[in-house]
Amino acid sequence: MTRFSLGKYLLPTYVFLTFLFLMIPIGYTFVFSFNDSIKSNIIWRGFTIDNWLNVCDQADVCSAFGNSIVVAVSATLVSTVLGTMIAIALVRYRFKFRSATNLLLFLPLATPEVVMGAGLAAQFLDFGWQKGLTTVIIAHVMFTLSFVVVTVKARVATLDPALEEAGRDLYASPMVVFWKVTFPLLLPGILSAAMLAFALSFDDFIITQFNSGAVDTFPKFVYTAAARGIPPEANVVGSAVFLIAMTIVIAVQVRASIKRKKMLTR
Amino acid sequence: MAIDFVARGQDLELKGIRKEFPGFVAVDNLDLHIPAGEFFALLGPSGCGKTTTLRMIAGLESPTAGKILLGGKDVTDMKPHERPVNTVFQNYALFPHMSVLENVAFGIRRRKLDEPLTKAQQALAMVELEHLAQRKPQQLSGGQQQRVALARALVNRPSLLLLDEPLGALDLKLRRQMQIELKAIQMEVGLTFLHVTHDQEEAMDMADTVAVMNQGHIEQMGAPEALYDRPKTAFVAKFLGQSNIFIGKVTESNAETTSIDFNGKKITGLTKRSEKTSGKIAIGVRPEKTHFHETEPKADPALNILGPGEITDIRFTGVSNQYQIDIPGVGEITVFAQNVGRSPVVELGAKVFVSWKVEHSFGLADLPNGAEETD
Repeated sequence: MTRFSLGKYLLPTYVFLTFLFLMIPIGYTFVFSFNDSIKSNIIWRGFTIDNWLNVCDQADVCSAFGNSIVVAVSATLVSTVLGTMIAIALVRYRFKFRSATNLLLFLPLATPEVVMGAGLAAQFLDFGWQKGLTTVIIAHVMFTLSFVVVTVKARVATLDPALEEAGRDLYASPMVVFWKVTFPLLLPGILSAAMLAFALSFDDFIITQFNSGAVDTFPKFVYTAAARGIPPEANVVGSAVFLIAMTIVIAVQVRASIKRKKMLTR
Repeated sequence: MAIDFVARGQDLELKGIRKEFPGFVAVDNLDLHIPAGEFFALLGPSGCGKTTTLRMIAGLESPTAGKILLGGKDVTDMKPHERPVNTVFQNYALFPHMSVLENVAFGIRRRKLDEPLTKAQQALAMVELEHLAQRKPQQLSGGQQQRVALARALVNRPSLLLLDEPLGALDLKLRRQMQIELKAIQMEVGLTFLHVTHDQEEAMDMADTVAVMNQGHIEQMGAPEALYDRPKTAFVAKFLGQSNIFIGKVTESNAETTSIDFNGKKITGLTKRSEKTSGKIAIGVRPEKTHFHETEPKADPALNILGPGEITDIRFTGVSNQYQIDIPGVGEITVFAQNVGRSPVVELGAKVFVSWKVEHSFGLADLPNGAEETD
């Protein structure tokens, strides 16, 4: 005899409803990317795939998206390389101002974005720098760097120093030890740090708003477009980014589970 | 890179090595010579500086003062990757992102020698693991990992192989088996082995020469039998096996024998087996060299006799029993007696006398810790 258990039904229902709630805006965006709209994309006017085929008809959407990619890729590259080096230095070496550096790195995580954005804008004004892509990239490196350092640091801390010593003992110069031992072992941490940095940079609005001047990034474009009606092409870009990200996540998960199975069956 | 790789081991010489860390001296003025092809053990309790010494030889630490010579060549300022020395690390330090085969081939690849994989495969065959070449290290058991670490070091044919407590993480049975294998491999390849351990049995079992290290310096060095038979300091007497130690003023010393007055009892040792023959000295004897008697033995100048005392504790250790005897005015004495007949030989609480041959006594150069204050 099976006993009636409330949890058996309640929990799955609750989880289902939560996911539904989370997915509704994404689903809405996705569905309306197929809307055959004229000006505003609020009322459903019929199905079309024209928006997907001719995304760049709405020139602003594409250039804003392009800017976002340029900013996110540059900021990710710079902050990942720099952040990895900082993380290794902070864990492995004892130097003056080490704890001060640690503290400073936490500041951007704790500072409200408005404050950081405004502060950076004031700095650029002070230096007399023209606001544009470069200032946005610099600003994004600033706030993604801390996330990279924190993520990579956790990985470095679990890396046994004896492994690097073994490399040195086995005729590898410090450079070779880094590329053959340290880097491959840190790679998962570095990759997840890079992904985090990319995601943070790509959808940042507040700091970008303060430091971009006339340059439009995708979030900034969507924000300004919202006043006069967001074009369906923006929905297309948003949906595409979501789909690509999901595909990557699922692919990584599947690969990991295949690897696990292979390990177990050996 | 100009690394000399030799078919056989080279001798290692440490000259006045000193290593200071902030706040303490880890190794103090250490002199050591290990002849080529020898299995040498550096034995000591944790914190005695033995691992620091090993790391300095590997190049992972640099000495504050002193010189390290390998095959007569000064390697003190060489980087670890420039030294023809390889290490088997305490926790093996196998690269988790590489297969077992790639781990073993690592050193050969770095030196850009021919056929790294073939050589690695041969090294794995030597430790009987060739069938696991494609596995990742974390898929192996502790004993297998240990053998991979050994193959990874040996494949390079280093002039000197350093072993940093390589058997510490293994269980007793596996450890005994690995000790035998390690010794066999060393004899086969003829390399110089420097083995660091805190396990006295392991050191005595495998090494040709044992150096007992304490607080940054070497207390005594020699063949295991010599070290055990005639420890020269109280530390060695206690660290290497067990000892009964008696402290007293020398009452009589001639060419043959030296005697002390130990709480009114006379204890004698051979003068040639005494480090000191005047003042207050310590004389010791191994528990298995002492015997007990149920009746008082006849006085004999060749025997030290103490007693009577009472058996206060009997411990069964398999092949022998360990008896604790409390003799009034003398203190506790430990006696080992083999269980060849009935066991135990005497009952708890029995009154017995203890004796040992004068020639089995050893006179120490120093007094056990705390002896000066209490007596």
